[in-house]
Amino acid sequence: MPSVMLRKREDGKLLFYVAKKDLEETIESLEFDSPDKWGGEVVLGDGSKYYFEPMDTPPNIPITLQAKRL
Amino acid sequence: MAAMTREETEALIQEVLEVYPEKAKKDRAKHLAVNDQSLEKANKCITSNRKSLPGVMTIRGCAYAGSKGVVWGPIKDMIHISHGPVGCGQYSRAGRRNYYVGTTGVNTFGTMNFTSDFTEKDIVFGGDKKLAKCIDEIETLFPLNKGISIQSECPIGLIGDDIEAVSKVKAKEHEKTIVPVRCEGFRGVSQSLGHHIANDAIRDWVLDKRDGDDSWQTTPYDVAVIGDYNIGGDAWASRTLLEEMGLRVVAQWSGDGTIAEIEKTPKVKLNLIHCYRSMNYIARHMEEKYSIPWIEYNFFGPTKIAESLRRIAEHFDDTIKEGAERVIARYKAEYDAVIAKYKPRLEGKKVMLYIGGLRPRHVIGAYEDLGMEVVGTGYEFAHNDDYDRTIKEMGNATLLYDDVTGYEFEEFVKKVQPDLVGSGIKEKYIFQKMGVPFRQMHSWDYSGPYHGYDGFAIFARDMDMTINNPCWKSFQAPWKKTAASEPVKAVA
Repeated sequence: MPSVMLRKREDGKLLFYVAKKDLEETIESLEFDSPDKWGGEVVLGDGSKYYFEPMDTPPNIPITLQAKRL
Repeated sequence: MAAMTREETEALIQEVLEVYPEKAKKDRAKHLAVNDQSLEKANKCITSNRKSLPGVMTIRGCAYAGSKGVVWGPIKDMIHISHGPVGCGQYSRAGRRNYYVGTTGVNTFGTMNFTSDFTEKDIVFGGDKKLAKCIDEIETLFPLNKGISIQSECPIGLIGDDIEAVSKVKAKEHEKTIVPVRCEGFRGVSQSLGHHIANDAIRDWVLDKRDGDDSWQTTPYDVAVIGDYNIGGDAWASRTLLEEMGLRVVAQWSGDGTIAEIEKTPKVKLNLIHCYRSMNYIARHMEEKYSIPWIEYNFFGPTKIAESLRRIAEHFDDTIKEGAERVIARYKAEYDAVIAKYKPRLEGKKVMLYIGGLRPRHVIGAYEDLGMEVVGTGYEFAHNDDYDRTIKEMGNATLLYDDVTGYEFEEFVKKVQPDLVGSGIKEKYIFQKMGVPFRQMHSWDYSGPYHGYDGFAIFARDMDMTINNPCWKSFQAPWKKTAASEPVKAVA
């Protein structure tokens, strides 16, 4: 369960950053991304997949969240 | 020698790798690459931030170097205790030329060495009592210090001393900020982890000191300069430009910086990151906790400076945008004159760099402004994200080397035949003896500043002075000289 720091890049894309793994990737797709549900499976720019526990409201970005590696 | 093609560069890497045993060859091959600008991500071509191979000469430092030497050391009004044996503190004392204003030994302590001087006795019985005594003595002798940081050396972690407990007790007793930093040298693969640990220590022990205190007057133009260590006065040369365009520089991290500035940083509007590698951690933290955006900038060479000033100005209103244009216009005559003077003398010269974690990509623009070409670059302790940023800066088919070994670097220089090598003090004399002009790019070879427009003039002069120095023509004994080796006519 790496802790993942999410931040918005200047072009609006979400960046997925894991300090310990030295991983900084863009988020290509997010399973749930609507005002009432946020999270689920994410696919990163390099093709790897992670999972965020779905939330009822979208989080305030930047934020650190726990993600599961799939 | 003309620029090398992709095949030639690949062949060169193979040739250099040839001497290694099978296993070492496989490992080192991952760290050497030919640049390909079309790649999005560096991890496709180069591996970085891995443990150095035992037996090869690495040029890296340790976590203590990253924390005490780089991040904490330049904070001038704090006393940084090198906690452990005396050597680490003594050999790293005042070597980095982080300039500062103040009276050393009274209210600033930058060039002094404070150490708890461990002996066998302390290793056997523990050094916490000694540390407590050390802090008390510091308070008696240097009452104007604004705080103390305890920089652990290897033995502290090995014997398991509880420096946190001592810090807490003494901080209460003396009513000062006392920061224990767990930066034992053996941690991590290079100084890079030391930067991270130091950033985390600032985050945990210093940064939140003024949360909820609004007594300090802010303006909409407050910025903090982060990751500028004021080597030879770099931060001052940068700061004047920012102030001239209308911004208020609240804090300098950490060259010529004070602990008060650091505590005020969470109140700024924008964090400006120069050394991304050593201070991005704290910028990310401030973005998350205090919603302060951060941007990277580059103050080497007029092209990059103009680009950076405009990018910084975009985060502010029109007065600052006009300010940026005004600054660029004001210095135009000055830097044009520098280029006009030095470009003819330096045009077409090839440079190979091997530096720490930022300059291998940041100085490329400055060399290009002078018409020079960087044909190889590499980092001691960069991570993947640094190489992502480097790929775009470097030309196609140029050499990239990560954590290069002494042998590889020498061979690369012999084969590529650059006109200038920029690296550290350990490399300097090897290359000078080989007859290759060399600049020490960690501490600007005792010159500087190189940042900003003022710095660019000094940078250009220094490069010219090194490359066109007549001494390089005197490598052959006069009676061995043939007509072919007659020195080329001076250009100036």
